[in-house]
Amino acid sequence: MTVLDVRNLSVDFQTEGGRLEALKQVSFTVPANRSVGVVGESGCGKSTLINAVLGLLADNGEITSGEIVFEGGKDLARLDADSMRALRGQRIATVFQDPMGALNPVLSVGRQMRDIQYRSGLSKRDKDARSVAMLRKVRIPDPESRLAQFPHEFSGGMKQRIAIAMALMMEPALLIADEPTTALDATLEVATIELLKDLQRDIGCSVLFISHHLGVIAELCDEMIVMYAGEVVESGTTREIFHDARHPYTQRLLACDPARLSHRVPRLPTIAGTLPDLRHRPPGCVFQPRCDRADTQCLTVPPRASLGGSHSARCWHAEVPLAEVTA
Amino acid sequence: MLRGILREPLGALGLTLVAVVVLSAIFAGVLTSYAPSKISPTERFASPSLLHLLGTDHLGRDLFTRVLYGGRIALMIALGATLASLVVGVVLGLIAGYGPRWLDNIMLLVFDAVKSFPTVMLALTLVTLFGPSLYAVVLVVMLVNVPGYARIIRTQTLVLKSAEHVMAARSMGASATRILGIHILPNIIGPILILVSMDVPVVVAIEAGMSFLGLGVRPPTPSWGAILNDGFANIRDSYWIVIAGGLPIVLTTLGFTFLGETLRDLFDPRLKRRS
Amino acid sequence: MSAGSLLEVNDLRVSFRVGGLSARLAGRATEIEAVSGVSFSLDRGSTFALVGESGSGKTTLARALNGLQPAVAGSIRFDGQELRGLSNAGMKPVRQRMPMMFQDPVGSLSPRLSVRSLLTEPFAIHGLSNRDLDTEVRRLLALVGLPRDFAERYPHQLSGGQARRVGVARAIALDPVLVIADEPTAGLDVSVQGEVLNLLNDLRDRMGLSMLIITHNLHVVRQIADRMAVMYLGRFVEQGETEAIFTKPRHPYTAALLSANPEPDPDKVHQRISLPADVPSLLARPKGCEFHTRCPQAQPRCSTEAPLPVVVGDSRLTCHFPLNT
Repeated sequence: MTVLDVRNLSVDFQTEGGRLEALKQVSFTVPANRSVGVVGESGCGKSTLINAVLGLLADNGEITSGEIVFEGGKDLARLDADSMRALRGQRIATVFQDPMGALNPVLSVGRQMRDIQYRSGLSKRDKDARSVAMLRKVRIPDPESRLAQFPHEFSGGMKQRIAIAMALMMEPALLIADEPTTALDATLEVATIELLKDLQRDIGCSVLFISHHLGVIAELCDEMIVMYAGEVVESGTTREIFHDARHPYTQRLLACDPARLSHRVPRLPTIAGTLPDLRHRPPGCVFQPRCDRADTQCLTVPPRASLGGSHSARCWHAEVPLAEVTA
Repeated sequence: MLRGILREPLGALGLTLVAVVVLSAIFAGVLTSYAPSKISPTERFASPSLLHLLGTDHLGRDLFTRVLYGGRIALMIALGATLASLVVGVVLGLIAGYGPRWLDNIMLLVFDAVKSFPTVMLALTLVTLFGPSLYAVVLVVMLVNVPGYARIIRTQTLVLKSAEHVMAARSMGASATRILGIHILPNIIGPILILVSMDVPVVVAIEAGMSFLGLGVRPPTPSWGAILNDGFANIRDSYWIVIAGGLPIVLTTLGFTFLGETLRDLFDPRLKRRS
Repeated sequence: MSAGSLLEVNDLRVSFRVGGLSARLAGRATEIEAVSGVSFSLDRGSTFALVGESGSGKTTLARALNGLQPAVAGSIRFDGQELRGLSNAGMKPVRQRMPMMFQDPVGSLSPRLSVRSLLTEPFAIHGLSNRDLDTEVRRLLALVGLPRDFAERYPHQLSGGQARRVGVARAIALDPVLVIADEPTAGLDVSVQGEVLNLLNDLRDRMGLSMLIITHNLHVVRQIADRMAVMYLGRFVEQGETEAIFTKPRHPYTAALLSANPEPDPDKVHQRISLPADVPSLLARPKGCEFHTRCPQAQPRCSTEAPLPVVVGDSRLTCHFPLNT
């Protein structure tokens, strides 16, 4: 069963400088019980994508085409505000980079966790029991005493874990995690990733994990998509992409990651050029101005070239293997 | 920005009123041939006519002229005193926010003490010390406004004190003056300016009030408040004097208030710009 | 002080007061020692990296070197001159030779100043405005690889990478000797990080620049630093040559940090050294070796006796039972 099926989603924003095409024909799926990673750098459209899924686009943004099919039924792109609100928090939960986005500083943690359960019809004591069980699941030591405490009494890593607990408490079908570990130190980051992996298996939900940190995606996700300038340039399983990326952008991105280097190099690889102005998209392939493989064919939009299995890349020249690029 | 103000009906109205008041005050000499203090005992309590657009008061002085020249006083005080309050308030606020904690605590105490004095009592005290005059009015205005401005600037300064660009400036060896003047002040002055424009009508009212009570400018200087005072004293003989005194106060206050509110809405970053 | 040594820090301590009179009367701790006795030396022309997680004290240490945070004890000798205790006026000439770059690339630039004003400010501060500032601005922009017309831009019009380069240009404006960079790659995309690191390395080669880099990103350290130190709760637990530490970490915390990096290889089996929960609060420092509460190989001795620094090969470390020896 597919939990989330995004088909040809396009989102535009109306700005002073003109119409900005933030997302263009984005398509991907999140199967049940799987983790899908969204990798991209600043300006790739990851935030716009999540906002579109959650129905939280700014006033000057609109979905110009495509569908966001949730649990094989409702199209979130066309859902009314009330129904959307009912889904958020219940069937679709989110965790953000800053846990304080989910935590109210003036209410105790116990009170907030109780509030989330308002639809459950349980007694206060039962709700607290569930909260304690959830806190224990996210490995907060001494959970009973924590219910009375306030967010500022917890460290950053703990706050993030509480935010995760709150998100997963109602056992949603889909958890959207937007850079949840970016602000955490390395040791906390890996602990949080391990936690998310365990929880996902335990609760049986799907995870849509957005990050620019390649290592985290590699560890946590089964499948992934790579976004650039509002388009999905490559998608497949994490194995397929990390071992055999075919889109020039993905290849260069992997080459740039210093984590890949096992020794000191005289010059670190970079990607020349800058992100295009999304108000004036380049003709044809969006990566063409920065690609060293570009030719005249690239001035027309490349199709989604299937590379075997679930692996596909939007490129006319997807034949060059990764090993040649990173050599 | 002008376009933005004119787009709002209240903004356009406010700007018009302010323009009328300011221009008529500046060009008072052109708009009327009478002298504001010229007494003409034969023409007392005249009703409005072509000779005297607003009639005359108990001493036969042309009211229209007195209102126009009174505008000069009102604006001079309003703008002058407000500017002085702004400068003093900003400087004190910057010092309180950026300086050592003990200085901040003392200054806060002083601000709060001054603020808790009722305006009328303050006015009476100062007038007793200095005698009724323009300076007393200005001083009262300043004492009323400075603590408020200083507090706002102080809070903003405290927030920016630990901003990274301020740290960066400190790490370069920038002096406190440079940091306050270049790195802090330009980033916090915006909201204060809007506040100030909303306070101008308050100042006009203070001046009018003090002059009404006889604590402000001395006769025969044509302050609107003084005219109002004369009007009440002579209301049985002619109600035009009260109108002549009150109307400009109302129009000026409304004008600046509308203008200030429009400016504030224009600069509010929370109001998303719609295409 | 040896010939090649540019910066020598000895037993430096920096504390903060937390809580006021009421806390003191209640008997609670009112002071935290963010930096507790740090010693190291930085040679001319080399790059030294300070590595640690949040709360380790690395940023406080950097600020103490620049004089932004007063140190309560210890010594900081920069090119032979003692810095601790200098007034603002005394620090001014030092700051000309030892500038600092801050973490937030756009936030460390004053929002209402143009790039040109930002780059000429160091000259104005140090009384060098009589120079041909237009030429200087052009020279600096060229050095960091930014086009000339960027001089008219404002910080909010710059991307993270561009803003970072302006920060670098500003730091090297007056031909400094030592640049302190706090998280130079923070907030930057991976594809842009390389640009900044390449730039810093180039400048080091071209200008003979020495650098002190503060970061929690170990991959960056390997690519740019000759020597490094690992900080925990305000102390150095291990310091030495970067390559040596990466290949043979000796302190358990260093080993855990090195293993904590998620690698971009989904097939890689992780022999991860997990550290239990969180860093202890500075208000309640553990007894004995401060790392013993999280150390995977803590022994009874570790909770009672604080280890003294030992020299093993070229590294200095504080551990009763070092690894890999």
